[in-house]
This record gives sequence, structure tokens and C-alpha cells, in this order.
Amino acid sequence: MRFTFEVLVTLKPGLADPQGKAVEGALPALGWTNVSGLRVGKHVRLEVEAADEAAGRAQVDEMARRLLSNPVIEDYRILAAEPT
Amino acid sequence: MSAGLARVGVVTFPGSLDDRDALRAVELMGGEGVTLWHGDADLRGVDAVVLPGGFSYGDYLRCGAIARFAPVMDEVRAFAERGGPVLGICNGFQILCESGLLPGALVRNRSLRFVCQYVHLRVETSQTPVTADLVPGELIEIPIKHGEGQFVADGETLARIEGEGRVVFRYCSASGEVGDEWNPNGSANAIAGVRSERGNVVGLMPHPEHAVDPDVGPTGGQPLFASLLARALSRA
Repeated sequence: MRFTFEVLVTLKPGLADPQGKAVEGALPALGWTNVSGLRVGKHVRLEVEAADEAAGRAQVDEMARRLLSNPVIEDYRILAAEPT
Repeated sequence: MSAGLARVGVVTFPGSLDDRDALRAVELMGGEGVTLWHGDADLRGVDAVVLPGGFSYGDYLRCGAIARFAPVMDEVRAFAERGGPVLGICNGFQILCESGLLPGALVRNRSLRFVCQYVHLRVETSQTPVTADLVPGELIEIPIKHGEGQFVADGETLARIEGEGRVVFRYCSASGEVGDEWNPNGSANAIAGVRSERGNVVGLMPHPEHAVDPDVGPTGGQPLFASLLARALSRA
């Protein structure tokens, strides 16, 4: 079966996110002055051919650990998984 | 193969920019530059390896993240495990961190700006092939040019590499002071370069290969290449 997975990669909490700061800094100019804690991450969508969802998820987990994220600076979460 | 010349391999990845300058620096300093290809699992019997600067694979996903899985990198890892000298410059440093051969990671500069300027570096240890002929505290002037050069590591890792004397270079003033004012990218502890536990693998963001020719500027890169060539030769 074919499954679609989504992986969310985020900077580890303690790490400064200058990109997030810059985006946050642009919001007051648009009138939103009540925003804080903005952080920018990455969203990866992919399709995997696997026997079942668990097998597909295990593979995505390994791919996220080895390539999609860098465990030194990032965390990841596997979001929605659904048959394609 | 000419006798008596250190043979230094420089790997070209798709998107490498400074491979030619690294080869030229090796030859200008009296070594033999050997071109290596990312897709070949072969180091052609070199005595040292340089991973040059540039934007391998367009820096997609993360700088160095895709290059670290190139066929040549298995050979680089095996070479490093045998104690062979490996020098990663800029993108090469990022690749070594991604591959786990060096600790920490390089992230977007704190300023969010690409920086291109000469900087002063303070040598922190002689226990590497590129600083073996230098004295801790010695200053060199070489250029930086990067957008993702902020060295980061978790507190425990940072304490460990500091404790083990694995910081090789720090950004500093012309007189050797370390402080925010002279830290061009926000790197933790002003770290510009680190080494592996054993010391034979070194990575730094600044570019010694762009500072070897007196006709075009400071020559702070010369002693690093001279040292690397001497160490490479003594292993050959």
C-alpha cells in the first residue's frame, strides 16, 4: 500500500531562531503587536510504499532521524499518515 | 606520483566553489593537489583530505546534509578513523558536523546576514595537523564568507569540547581579545573551528585557502597549509 506521511522538523527549544525572530519582528508593522515566541520549522511531505502503516511509519522515523532532521539542533514529529 | 611531495586530495561535490582555490593553495605551499570526486568511493591514496567550501547540493535541507551521504564520504570516514588528516573548510566544516565526525552544528548567522570580510582568529591548540606548527595564542588573519556559520552545540557538548581542548580557533580582535564585537556570526564561545577527539579531523568556517597569496591580501592561511603538508608528508 501507499501511504502519505508528513514530517514536521523544528529547532530544539533552547536554540536561538534568528529567522523566527525576523518574521516575528515584521508582524507589528502589519498591526499585530500581540505575537511572541514565533519559530520557523520545516514541513516535509512524502509517500511511501509499505506493507502497512506501522512499517511505513518505522521507515519514515528512520529517514527523519538520519536525513530529514539533524538531532544536534532539531526535533521532528511525524504528523498525519494516510493511505494514498 | 612524485616523491617527497605531500599529496592532498580536495573533494568536489556538486555545488563546491572553493575546490580550485584549495588545490591552488596546496600547490602554492609546495604540495601536490589531487582532485577527488564526490561520486567515487576512492581517495586515490592521498596523504590528507580537504573538504572545500561552497554550497554542496544547493545547501538544500541543511548545509552539508546531503553531501555527507556521498560515496566518497565513506572513504573519508575510514581515512579519518585510521588517523588521516581531514580539513573541512566552511561548507566542508558543515559536512563534517552533519556526518558526526565533528561535534556541534552550523546554523544561520545571528545577524541573518551573509558575512564576507577578513577576520582575526586566535589559535587555541597545536594538537591538530593544521596548527601543529603554530603556538596557542598566535593570531592569523583570513577571510570568512558565509550565511550559516554560527557554531552551536548543547551545553554538555560545549563544556566537553572546551574541557578537552578541542576548540581550534576563536574569532577575536586584531590584538587577540574575544568578545561579541569580534564575533561575526554569533558562534557559541566565539568558536570558529573545532577538532575531533583524536585531533586529526579539523573544521573551520574561515577560508585559509583564500589567504595564501601575498598579491591578493593577507596570508594567514599559509602556516595552516604548511603545517598540514608537513603532517601529511610525515604519514606518507
